[in-house]
Amino acid sequence: MSFLDVKDLKIHFPTDDGIVKSVDGLSFGVERGKTLGIVGESGSGKSVTSLGILGLHKGGRARLSGEIWLDGEELIGASAEHVRRLRGKKMAMIFQDPLSSMHPYYTVGHQIIEAYRIHHDVSKQVARKHAIDMLGRVGIPEPARRVDSYPHEFSGGMRQRAMIAMALSCDPELLIADEPTTALDVTVQAQILDLMRDLQREFNSALIIITHDLGVVAELSDDILVMYGGKCVEYGTAEDVFYRPEHPYTWGLLGSMPRLDREPTERLMPIKGSPPSLINVPPGCAFHPRCPYAERTGDKARTEVPALTETAGGHLVRCHMSRDERHSLWENEIKPVLEIQ
Amino acid sequence: MLTYIIRRLIGAFAMLIVISMVTFGIFYVVPQWAGATPEAMASRYVGRAATPETVHLVAERLGFYDPVVVQYGNFVKGIFAGAQYDYGAGVEQCPAPCFGYSFISGQPVWPDLLDRMPVTFSLAIGAAVLWVIAGVTVGVVSALRRGSFFDRLTMGTALAGVSLPIFFTGMISLVVFSYGLGWTPPGGSYTPIDENPALWAYDLLLPWITLAFLFAATYARLTRAGMLETMGEDYIRTARAKGLKERQVVVKHGLRATLTPILTLFGIDFGLLIGGAILTETTYTLPGLGQYAILAIRTQDMPQVMGVVLVAATFVVVASLIVDLLYAVVDPRVRLS
Amino acid sequence: MLALALAACGGGSGSTQQPAQSASGGTGAQDAFNAAVTGVFNPSTKKGGTLKAAHSSDWDSLDPGDTYYGYSFDFGRFYWRTLTMYKPGPGPEGNTVVPDLAESLGTPSDDGKTWTYKIKSGLKFEDGTPITAKDVAYAVARSFDKETFPHGPSYLNELLAWPKDFKGVYKTPDVDYSSAVEATDDTTVVFHLNKPFASMDYIVQMPMTAPVPKDKDTGAKYREKVVSSGPYKFETNEIGKRFALVRNDQWDPATDPNRPALPDRIEVQLNVNADDLDNQIISGDIQLDIPGTGMQPAALGKVLPDPALKARTDNPTIPRLWYVSVIPDNAPLDNVNCRKAVMFAADRVANQTAYGGEVAGGEIATNVMPPAIVGQEKFDLYPSADNKGDLTKAKEALAACGKPDGFTTTMAYRSDRPREKALAEAMEQALSRVGIKLTLKGFPASSYFSDYAGNVNYVKENGIGLAAHGWGSDWPDGYGFLQAIVDSRTIRDAGNYNLSVKNPEVDKLIDQASGELDEAARAKLWVEVDKKVMEDASILPVVWAKSLLMRGKGLTNVAYNEGQSMYDYIMLGVE
Repeated sequence: MSFLDVKDLKIHFPTDDGIVKSVDGLSFGVERGKTLGIVGESGSGKSVTSLGILGLHKGGRARLSGEIWLDGEELIGASAEHVRRLRGKKMAMIFQDPLSSMHPYYTVGHQIIEAYRIHHDVSKQVARKHAIDMLGRVGIPEPARRVDSYPHEFSGGMRQRAMIAMALSCDPELLIADEPTTALDVTVQAQILDLMRDLQREFNSALIIITHDLGVVAELSDDILVMYGGKCVEYGTAEDVFYRPEHPYTWGLLGSMPRLDREPTERLMPIKGSPPSLINVPPGCAFHPRCPYAERTGDKARTEVPALTETAGGHLVRCHMSRDERHSLWENEIKPVLEIQ
Repeated sequence: MLTYIIRRLIGAFAMLIVISMVTFGIFYVVPQWAGATPEAMASRYVGRAATPETVHLVAERLGFYDPVVVQYGNFVKGIFAGAQYDYGAGVEQCPAPCFGYSFISGQPVWPDLLDRMPVTFSLAIGAAVLWVIAGVTVGVVSALRRGSFFDRLTMGTALAGVSLPIFFTGMISLVVFSYGLGWTPPGGSYTPIDENPALWAYDLLLPWITLAFLFAATYARLTRAGMLETMGEDYIRTARAKGLKERQVVVKHGLRATLTPILTLFGIDFGLLIGGAILTETTYTLPGLGQYAILAIRTQDMPQVMGVVLVAATFVVVASLIVDLLYAVVDPRVRLS
Repeated sequence: MLALALAACGGGSGSTQQPAQSASGGTGAQDAFNAAVTGVFNPSTKKGGTLKAAHSSDWDSLDPGDTYYGYSFDFGRFYWRTLTMYKPGPGPEGNTVVPDLAESLGTPSDDGKTWTYKIKSGLKFEDGTPITAKDVAYAVARSFDKETFPHGPSYLNELLAWPKDFKGVYKTPDVDYSSAVEATDDTTVVFHLNKPFASMDYIVQMPMTAPVPKDKDTGAKYREKVVSSGPYKFETNEIGKRFALVRNDQWDPATDPNRPALPDRIEVQLNVNADDLDNQIISGDIQLDIPGTGMQPAALGKVLPDPALKARTDNPTIPRLWYVSVIPDNAPLDNVNCRKAVMFAADRVANQTAYGGEVAGGEIATNVMPPAIVGQEKFDLYPSADNKGDLTKAKEALAACGKPDGFTTTMAYRSDRPREKALAEAMEQALSRVGIKLTLKGFPASSYFSDYAGNVNYVKENGIGLAAHGWGSDWPDGYGFLQAIVDSRTIRDAGNYNLSVKNPEVDKLIDQASGELDEAARAKLWVEVDKKVMEDASILPVVWAKSLLMRGKGLTNVAYNEGQSMYDYIMLGVE
């Protein structure tokens, strides 16, 4: 069993219009010191997954099933109070927009001190020293002075560094970063990603990076999970998913990746259409309305949900097409266009 | 900061001058535009069936034959330099700030205002404590239990509270609690706090609750709406992700942000109230500034009206200044400049 | 005694007067509607206790020389004494005056221009100094200064022969005013009048004759500390809030047969919310409603349907007339026949309903003087079946006026008085039956007489033909009620109370009546004035007002006094 082991996780929200199946049977695992990238468009259920692990999915309304094992401990069914004690301490989270995710009325230092003192019975002075220390370690200059600044007095990159400092202040063993760089400009993105990689090595924590941008996870991740319509459509090592992707959706994601060597507006192989509604997931393969190859499998695409099957050692794909068909499409039609070496 | 305060104070002073001119205009100039002669204006301050001679004498005594500018000038001069009052058998000095002598009672206005302030302060402070505690608590609980029976009950009551006028709720409360059950004293009861604090609170209990009910209703609705919005903010999710207890999330992070706009409202409400809780004081016959204002307007007693309007306006102006200063303290994003 | 009772029944009021109850001592009297109108309710001679009173606004002034409200004249007798006063108690005798400071009623000279009063001995102010005739003469003289005392009545300013250079005791302290009023010795006050005047005993019951010690007189500030000559004196006086009276130990009951002075203490709260005041009267927290003009509409709705509460009320007819001035200034109302058409066309029942009906409003009035006025006679020059108007006669009058198809005019009323608005609407509907079209115009009450209905130019320029009006008398004789509203010589540019009666014959009759020293002949002359005004058709009477008063819980010795037209306050005691 991995350090974090998620099995057949389902998070459903009953609404007046029907049941929203945000996460529908998801399984994955992350080891200490390893990084999992969860990739998908917005609305694919990736953020809900991370909130579900932390027990922060919207309270009483959600229906959670499956298993979440953290360091040998089952979180689903554990008391809310127990999960709360783990939050911030054993598992922590970094959010997308550091400006809106930090409280505007409290100083950065105050918010780090608060996070630290929830789980450590120390004096304010000790916690403050720790906060300054953490700010220094995430690369904020003059941390002893900036500790008393308010979030709005920081630049975007500095804020995200502070956010990381806050998340790491209790030395969590599992760190989930939800779109950690989306709100930042490109050069800052790289710095933050470097920082996270360094810190992960230092702290030896399990890291989950959630993003819609394959480029972000390419350098950091050991494993990559591609989500579509609340389900996993491809799961494998970073190498598998990058160099031997087998799912047409993954191809689409690779194709729509912004690249430094191209015009920003130029998309090689954009995915047509928009993500499915999680209330009325299309029957059969959820991706079939947008899949350029749906016709190849005939009615099956519209009537039968494809199974998640292993295509090679540890590489899972959810597609009706045969392995050979996928390989030949990749090698002959996709790879040359994407110019992946 | 200091320059900001000074600038605001100068602005406030200019505002008070404008207010005094407008008030003066409403009571002196507008009637004259409408064709009122000095005698017609003086006829308000004489007895029934007064002779033209009497009216003429009174108009002369009250200075209604002077040009309006001179009359206004005399008023302003009285505030800064004091004035004199001829009571027939002698002359009385009215030291600055002299807001003049009432046309009706012949009493200097300023001591009357000073005398009545503690009543209004007592009413406003007690009610404010009640309504802030009750309104905010109910608002928070309603927001956290949105859609529950408690939420629907309190928000229904709050709607009633906002729409029911005080002279109605006040009257009903007196009939039920004072004259029916005998739990509270009858209307018109007031004991100064320095005389007997327990009796002071007992006498004011019903007015406090009635006045607080009206405001608590507004504050509960605002707090509820604010909390619903705040609790959906990203930083609340962050607070939870840190492992904070829900209670701390609500109070320290949610309520903190919700209360800031409510503070502004409170400052203005309180400033208005200490200038005279007109309806409450009238309903319960409390001898405060509000009752003074309504009596002054009813009898068209110009110096009294001017005095009470200026004092009330000063309170509002000062309250809004304090609110702005406090806002900068409470919300670090606000800069005073 | 028998003769008196007969006279009472024959007297004008016409209501069912019961013989005065024989005084039965003790408390716990049975509540009954009108119990204090027909007799003394809950009679008692028990002294002690605190009388709790309240006022929904404030006195014009507590100074006897500067006040002009009925309740003030009534209540003031707790702390002042005047030369004469209304006879305390219920029934028609309440309209008569009896001596107070004076030993007897005034003695007029043969020409009616000099009135002499002898005052009693043993009278003292609250500080123990004796009250002399000089203090009375001084009080009268000080009240002359209307700049200092603008509120009080000005009857004495006009009646007495003041020296030309007299501007009041403060501005001209050296001028000798003995040509108007003088103390010829310590016990004699003499008034010198401009013209013969018969009702002097009624004038000197007003508080201008309440003695004021010259060395304690502080002009306009005297109201803050009035020196008492009556059974009570001021303990505290918080202007605009409350005051309290306590016993004046210098008052000698032997000199004063009229005041039982039962309570030990009298507390008065000012500016009390009017609706709350009614509730407190009902609950018993307050025992006396000072203004004495009746309950508020809100309380009426609660009291009238409840037999137990109604039994605590009294519903007297007061000397007040609600009416419509029919103004002859604009055509075609300058023609008496057009005015008569208005008289005939009006629906008296609808008008009474507009004023709240019989109990809350009053009795349908057919002439000007109310029944409570001494010597009043009830007559009806414009009768109709069911009092709903005689349309045939109205049309005849219109034809005689040369307007057979009717005409158009404007009716003014006080917009902040719902009853006057209702009256205007009733008039509009009734007159439209004969083709008289009314345009209704409401004006604020505070400037109704100074700027609008009582302003001659405004009336002429805006074609005002009818105006809602009301009048109450200062004292219950013809002069007291009629003079201010029917004497055309009182009319000036603005601030008029006589809006419509401009008839030289009426003026002539007024002079005749006010100079007539024989009481019976004088009363007849005032009835003649009333008839002449009705013939002139310049006043359309609506109702003789009634008020609904509630007796406070725990009060003893409660009686409605016709002279005060409210409860007789000085008689009251508490259980």
